[in-house]
Amino acid sequence: MTTMLVILLTAILTENFVLTKFLGICPFLGVSKKLNTAVGMSVAVIFVMALSVAVCYPINTYLEKKDLAFLQTIIFILVIAALVQLVEIILKKYVKSLYKALGIYLPLITTNCAVLGVVLLNIDKEFTFLQSMVNAVGAGAGFLVAMVMFAGVRDRLESADIPKFLKGLPITLISASLTSVSFLGFAGVVEAIFER
Amino acid sequence: MAKKTSLFKEFSKGLIIENPVLRLVLGTCPTLAVSTSMINSIGMGISATLVLLFSNIAVSALRKVIPQKIRIPAYVVIIASFVTIVQLIVKAFVPAIDEALGIFLPLIVVNCIILGRAEAFAGKNTVLASAADGLGMGIGFTAALFLMATFRELLGNGTVFSGAQGLLALFGENALGGFNGIDVFSFLPNSFEPMVIFILPAGGFFVFGILIAIANRLGNKTGQEREDFDGCANCPLAQNCSSVQEQEREEVKA
Repeated sequence: MTTMLVILLTAILTENFVLTKFLGICPFLGVSKKLNTAVGMSVAVIFVMALSVAVCYPINTYLEKKDLAFLQTIIFILVIAALVQLVEIILKKYVKSLYKALGIYLPLITTNCAVLGVVLLNIDKEFTFLQSMVNAVGAGAGFLVAMVMFAGVRDRLESADIPKFLKGLPITLISASLTSVSFLGFAGVVEAIFER
Repeated sequence: MAKKTSLFKEFSKGLIIENPVLRLVLGTCPTLAVSTSMINSIGMGISATLVLLFSNIAVSALRKVIPQKIRIPAYVVIIASFVTIVQLIVKAFVPAIDEALGIFLPLIVVNCIILGRAEAFAGKNTVLASAADGLGMGIGFTAALFLMATFRELLGNGTVFSGAQGLLALFGENALGGFNGIDVFSFLPNSFEPMVIFILPAGGFFVFGILIAIANRLGNKTGQEREDFDGCANCPLAQNCSSVQEQEREEVKA
């Protein structure tokens, strides 16, 4: 149980996907302008991440058994792309309300490096199935935390008086840098809590 | 002759005017993650350039065979195959680089520069032009990555080309006399210390922001103003993305 909690908290705080691992920067910069789109995107990411890990884990076990591990990259990206399409179709047909909330973000997620990243990281760290799932949900939740925080920062930026040459993307990146500094504060927190 | 100059034009536009990182702002994830060391940035740059070159050639050679509707999945498969090839080569010949780049090597698959060039250029142009475009964009990517890594490594770690052995191992044990980087700060008085923040993630965002500001300023001066970065408008797949279409629909309604 403790290991699960450690993995979860590490994924959310100390090794935040966006702010310390640089995965999923494009949506982080692109979709964080408004709070509601930021939350919608993040929930879609959590959903797709958990789903892809759940599907890719058994596939990877099979590939390793058959000594085909070199096919990982090709198979995973195809599985994720197909999965996202499938989810979109199913939601559109049967769960209209959920499709309205998440549907528009789904195609964006296929080429989001955070999803493929979490699948590959789980293999790298040799997690079990349950640990992989916890890590995927934690990574998604970390994405949500970073997105919501940054949406708040950007809301303030709208009304700020910014030098002309920094307007637009540069000031966004510099505020991302400051947001990232705040996450440095979590370094070592998880180890300190559980190490007694 | 006319053809030659246009080929050169395709090649050179990726270097400065349409630099994928600093002007088009694509492939931000690897740019930020890998630019902590100059050697890693070169390794990443070369790998991405190779993938970009060969995937551009393959996509352009197959552009009349691939049906319009399934072109994106087809491109992804082509790119993923070349990424796997490059990944295996790097693993075999320069294992130190493979270790340093970690998951960012296979993640070249989802680097939007590569899919973006396949969609925006290689799918519509001849093989030769696409090859020139791929090579130019790849070198532009490498150059931007290297520029960022130079600032970050020098200021954050106080070294230049540290860990060069990892890459030079390709040319034998003692290539360049066993050169393994220079510790610049060891020449300075002791009171100078590297600013570790530049190696940390926060420094990556900061340096990237400043470099884009400079690139914008220079671009404005030469009259090549870049449109303001807004949401996903820069993403090469924006046309196919329902999130953008939805936004446009909302705008029309409003």
